[in-house]
Amino acid sequence: MTTTATRLDELLRRDYPHGFVTNLEADSLARGLNEDIIGLISARKREPQFMLEWRLKAFRHWLTMTEPGWASVRHPPIDYQDIVYYSAPKSGKDGPKSLDEVDPELLRMYEKLGVPLQERERLAGVAVDAVLDSVSVGTTFKAKLAELGIVFCSFSEAVHEHPELVQKYLGSVVPYTDNFYATLNSAVFSDGSFCYIPPGVRCPMELSTYFRINAKDTGQFERTLIIADEGAYVSYLEGCTAPVRDENQLHAAVVELIALDNARIKYSTVQNWYPGDQEGKGGIYNFVTKRGDCRGANSHISWTQVETGSAITWKYPSCILRGDNSVGEFYSVALTNHHQQADTGTKMIHIGRNTRSTILSKGISAGHGSNAYRGLVKVLKSAAGARNYTQCDSLLLGDQCRAHTFPYIEVKNATAKVEHEASTARIGEDQLFYCMQRGLSAEDAVSMIVNGFCKEVFKELPMEFAVEAQKLLGVNLEGSIG
Amino acid sequence: MTSTDRILADFIRAAPLLPGAGVAWLTRARQAGLERFAQTGFPTPRDEEWKYTSVASIEKRSFTPLPNGAHAAPPELNALAFPHFPGHCVVFVNGRYSPALSAVGLLPPGVALESVADTLERAPDALEPLFAADNRETVFGALNTAFMADGLYLYLPRATTIEEPIHLYFVVTNKNAAIHPRNVIVAEEGARATVVEHYAGTHGVAYLTNAVTRIFAGEQAAVDHYKLQQEALQAFHVAGIHATQDRGSRLWSHSISLGAEIARNDISTTFDAEGCEATLNGLYLARGRQHVDHHTRIDHAKPGGTSREYYRGLLDGASRGVFNGKVIVHPQAQRTDARQLNHNLLLSKDAEVDTKPQLEIYADDVKCTHGATVGQLDDAQLLYLRSRGVDEAVARSLLVYAFARDVIERIRVGALRSRLEEMLLARLPQGERVRALA
Repeated sequence: MTTTATRLDELLRRDYPHGFVTNLEADSLARGLNEDIIGLISARKREPQFMLEWRLKAFRHWLTMTEPGWASVRHPPIDYQDIVYYSAPKSGKDGPKSLDEVDPELLRMYEKLGVPLQERERLAGVAVDAVLDSVSVGTTFKAKLAELGIVFCSFSEAVHEHPELVQKYLGSVVPYTDNFYATLNSAVFSDGSFCYIPPGVRCPMELSTYFRINAKDTGQFERTLIIADEGAYVSYLEGCTAPVRDENQLHAAVVELIALDNARIKYSTVQNWYPGDQEGKGGIYNFVTKRGDCRGANSHISWTQVETGSAITWKYPSCILRGDNSVGEFYSVALTNHHQQADTGTKMIHIGRNTRSTILSKGISAGHGSNAYRGLVKVLKSAAGARNYTQCDSLLLGDQCRAHTFPYIEVKNATAKVEHEASTARIGEDQLFYCMQRGLSAEDAVSMIVNGFCKEVFKELPMEFAVEAQKLLGVNLEGSIG
Repeated sequence: MTSTDRILADFIRAAPLLPGAGVAWLTRARQAGLERFAQTGFPTPRDEEWKYTSVASIEKRSFTPLPNGAHAAPPELNALAFPHFPGHCVVFVNGRYSPALSAVGLLPPGVALESVADTLERAPDALEPLFAADNRETVFGALNTAFMADGLYLYLPRATTIEEPIHLYFVVTNKNAAIHPRNVIVAEEGARATVVEHYAGTHGVAYLTNAVTRIFAGEQAAVDHYKLQQEALQAFHVAGIHATQDRGSRLWSHSISLGAEIARNDISTTFDAEGCEATLNGLYLARGRQHVDHHTRIDHAKPGGTSREYYRGLLDGASRGVFNGKVIVHPQAQRTDARQLNHNLLLSKDAEVDTKPQLEIYADDVKCTHGATVGQLDDAQLLYLRSRGVDEAVARSLLVYAFARDVIERIRVGALRSRLEEMLLARLPQGERVRALA
């Protein structure tokens, strides 16, 4: 076993395959953060007054806040004055109308990542709103979606074309006072995606965004807002990869989902940002606030995430189950290798009657990785008949890794039923032996077992994502032995 | 005057009267405890460890320490729900040892079973290492060190066994008293003992019990520890039980919480050598506006440890149950096997439960699981019973009884087990008929 283990160690130490830097001319502001910078961001984006005011309110509130210290992650202090808060690729200035107008350099980059826009457009029928650094550079299928009344565009565009929707819903799920990182995002967010599905419309294709952090030292502050009006349905995919960098980069995104009566939103994420090297140097700090509001009766929001990247992940996609009979779901696979740290989980806040939630979390720790599940299931007094089922399992690969579970369960209604179970174990020698004596190599055996461990989550992903997710786990973990 | 100032003033007044006042190491320990308290004051819900339990009502009551203990006439013990259990019996009234009420039988040679206050007068140095600061203790533990007046000192030499259980009765009769009992149990290699701590007070009297028990289990030693908390319903009960285990030792900790307006228990054990075992067993019954909180912590610091934890709660009225169970597997603690379960039944619409099982794992060759549930009686089980002609009230009581019995059955002191069963039946609406059925 020792020789296999050594060889597998080598596999574990593989270089990040998506590490490269594309040279794009960037149009950036100076470093630092003050009211002038916020004014400049807002002016560059030619935003209406209400946006500027909102940003400034957030900024002033942010000045009164301190960074949260409760997560089980460690990092050197972040100098928020040493970050460039706005950077737009020059070539994207006038907004390409078709892919032909998109910077060929950019297209090549996506190609290297395995996200050929044209391919996807043609083969998979996916509309891609690609976000590079801070400005949306390519939007497809817009016309087709517009026929159904679906609005799917960059956030900046939405601010101009649908200010009434933005004003009505922005900050209604994650208020600008919410938490340190969300407040920072509210003040400086550069762009993101906006999506509105009108009543009764079922979005005919998976909507998708590819986030990518590119320009050096650029914090990325995305803002996504998705509204499913009464009876609407949408499935949204978010995928991320980022090039190799030495300096840590901060990413503080905010995602807000709103589901009205009988609406359903399915939000899937594959996150594979640069995790830092084997010594834990560099990598992305991913401090994200994601929250869905099941505002209407019988609404349904489900989060599925596969987190394999980032040096630090701090992320709790949550559901506020306000509407009667609404349903919240959270399916997660989080992998930490080398010195990666993940503190992730969910909050399910049961407010409406007969609300139901399911939490399924699978954590895999390898190398010196640290993986924490932190979740809250809260049943308020009004939530008669609420139901929750939570399962969080951890798989340990390597004697230096860490796995933690911090589930909070608060029940204030006696008709609620809440169940939580968690387990932590490593891959059994017997399981490995069983696979290997049937002719599988050690790495294939581990890969198979890990994929089996994650299967229940992967099956929640749209097909093309599920394939990618399996590939990612394979690359990031292939053959590690506990 | 802030609560911290008040406690400092209490200390200045009480310190010269406390046992061991002339003992240098103890004076230092008491001052260190007081300083620790003075740094933070009483915990607030902003403190993660006290998120669900507010001690504001303890803080504002100004309970006063009684350094000299009992002034009142010796109470009628039976009137305070103290039946006479078989075995050795050590009684503390208002925090001080009462020889007249105690009855200790014959003990094996070398065993020390005495009052901590007496030991501090006669041979204080034996206690010094047993009073060392312990980072598992809460700020109430620090207060206990500052003010502790008495308690049990039990020392079992190598390979001694005390067959009969040792019953400790802590009874409080004084209004507004703050009682700080301190118990120390040392079991040397291969020694075995069973200790029952039983807390109660005069009905209708408000007081504070702030107890600390430390258990040192040597190689292959076995300690079976029980805490039966039946304080007056107006009283406040805070207790820390902290064990340290050597190679191959076994600990059973049972915590039965029935009384007090607010009860908070911090129960922990550390596996300091290979092959230790611990079973933490707990039952909390609350009604009215009672608030009961158990914080447990098992440190698997060395390889090959096994821990099991079973906590169950029955919450009625507008009561609130809190559970936090930490299992920490340290980097070297391979081959750890840890399981934890917490089940809660909400019996009324205003009851509330906050539970937080918690795993922190720094090793890889481990098997750890935990489960927590909050819910009501199972409709299918109710239907099953009703379809067999058991009326609904009896069926409900029977299911509640069965739920609690899971914990009671693990109690190995027969007299205590049957007494608890009786008490449980007495609380149930159809207890008599359940008794007939069970």
